[in-house]
Amino acid sequence: MLKILKYSFFDLIRSRWSYIYFAFYLTLGVVLLFLNNDLSKAVITLMNVIIVLVPLIGTIFGVMYYYNSKEFTELLLAQPLKRTTIFLGQYLGVAISLSMSLVLGLGIPFIFYGLFKSNAIWDFSLLLITGVFLTFIFSALAFNMALSNENKIKGFGYSILVWLFLAIIYDGIFLMSLILFEDYPLDKLSLIGTMLNPIDLSRTLILLKLDISALLGYTGAVFKQFFGTHFGLIVSITMLTIWVILPVFRIIYKSAKKDF
Amino acid sequence: MVSIQNLHKKFGKNIVLSGVNLDIKEGGIFAVLGPNGSGKTTMIKSILGMVIPNQGTITVLGKNIKKSCNYRNQIDYLPQIANFPSNLKVNELITMIKDLRGKSTNEESLIKMFKLEPFLDKKLGNLSGGTKQKVNIVLAFMFDCPLIILDEPTSGLDPIALIRLKDLIQAEKVKGKTILITSHIMSFVEEISDEIVFLLEGEIYFKGTINELKTKTNQPDFERAIASILTENHA
Repeated sequence: MLKILKYSFFDLIRSRWSYIYFAFYLTLGVVLLFLNNDLSKAVITLMNVIIVLVPLIGTIFGVMYYYNSKEFTELLLAQPLKRTTIFLGQYLGVAISLSMSLVLGLGIPFIFYGLFKSNAIWDFSLLLITGVFLTFIFSALAFNMALSNENKIKGFGYSILVWLFLAIIYDGIFLMSLILFEDYPLDKLSLIGTMLNPIDLSRTLILLKLDISALLGYTGAVFKQFFGTHFGLIVSITMLTIWVILPVFRIIYKSAKKDF
Repeated sequence: MVSIQNLHKKFGKNIVLSGVNLDIKEGGIFAVLGPNGSGKTTMIKSILGMVIPNQGTITVLGKNIKKSCNYRNQIDYLPQIANFPSNLKVNELITMIKDLRGKSTNEESLIKMFKLEPFLDKKLGNLSGGTKQKVNIVLAFMFDCPLIILDEPTSGLDPIALIRLKDLIQAEKVKGKTILITSHIMSFVEEISDEIVFLLEGEIYFKGTINELKTKTNQPDFERAIASILTENHA
């Protein structure tokens, strides 16, 4: 698997898009720091960008890479390699190279700004960790969609739909249900609702870390009670890990049954 | 060498193979023939494990291939359409495949044989169809495997390359290898193959030598014999 990972990774590293993605984060980091001059405010702004953009980029890159490397995949399938090896290698290649663009692109300007001397370092690390999780989750979801659809347009469409659902529609439905059932105690429900969506979970995790949970009112206090503790953090990280593992298992399952 | 029992495969509602039984002995050149869409490539891809059969067993070198991948170490495969990752260079691709299979190779003599030296530093996306096919051939013959599967090896080749390919195939046969070929060029098949397998509508219609086919169909030459099978069955 390492060999496939290596080739996919270097293939992507050489592609123009990784550089554009890297350059985008680099500019974003530099601009935010110079315009803001305040590290924790920059982290909040970054969070808003990362929460929406990282899943989108992960989705698009995942689908594009799968369809673009179809020939490479067919070449590999005739070699003495397991299918699991081939597809997991490619998936990890995409996820790792995207994560690297993110971590380096944002990390470099922040290090120069003096991150290590600031106490925002934990907020910033959490931001990067959730960013990496989101990259792994959404590129795995995208691989799933691409594996299940021979038709490029369909695969692309469904992947974008998954992103749209988790990033926007889910929140809408969630909010509506909260308004609809406002007569009932909702803190447990909203806690579970947040846990089930990786994007919401990441957002809540970072917001609470930033100590602005007072803005969230009573629910915020409940959330703080849960996510603020070590237990909450461990449960959240476990939840994000499950969000990575489930789609990866489906990649293994689907790829074993597919005809090429 | 290769044995296929009761192989069934359908893609959606489209039944491609319906109960193929085939035994290929060790040594010699076998040609798989049949009209377009008769299931030649599907059968070959089933042997390689790229297509997963709905039913039936395939054994290669005495081992069932289901859920196994190491047997592919014993197979050289030339795919029908030479599609390669377009941003790789020719020598990078060769190095990569060597790295993945981890075997010693004779690619230098093959590169010389097909005059590919000027293209080694070019990206695969910029090569012409025929040159890509030559790279394809180099990749397929690079390893010394007992079973060689060639899917339409002649497509896009110029006459000189075609002669070299024929020599190459004959040389491999002399070494005692088993070679499985599909082709639509009847003269090519007639010239090199020892035995033919004719697929029609997902089943094996005929298996035997070319002379047996000629007597069976009562036709003086091979091309007409094939044509007579097709007209009989489609009339």
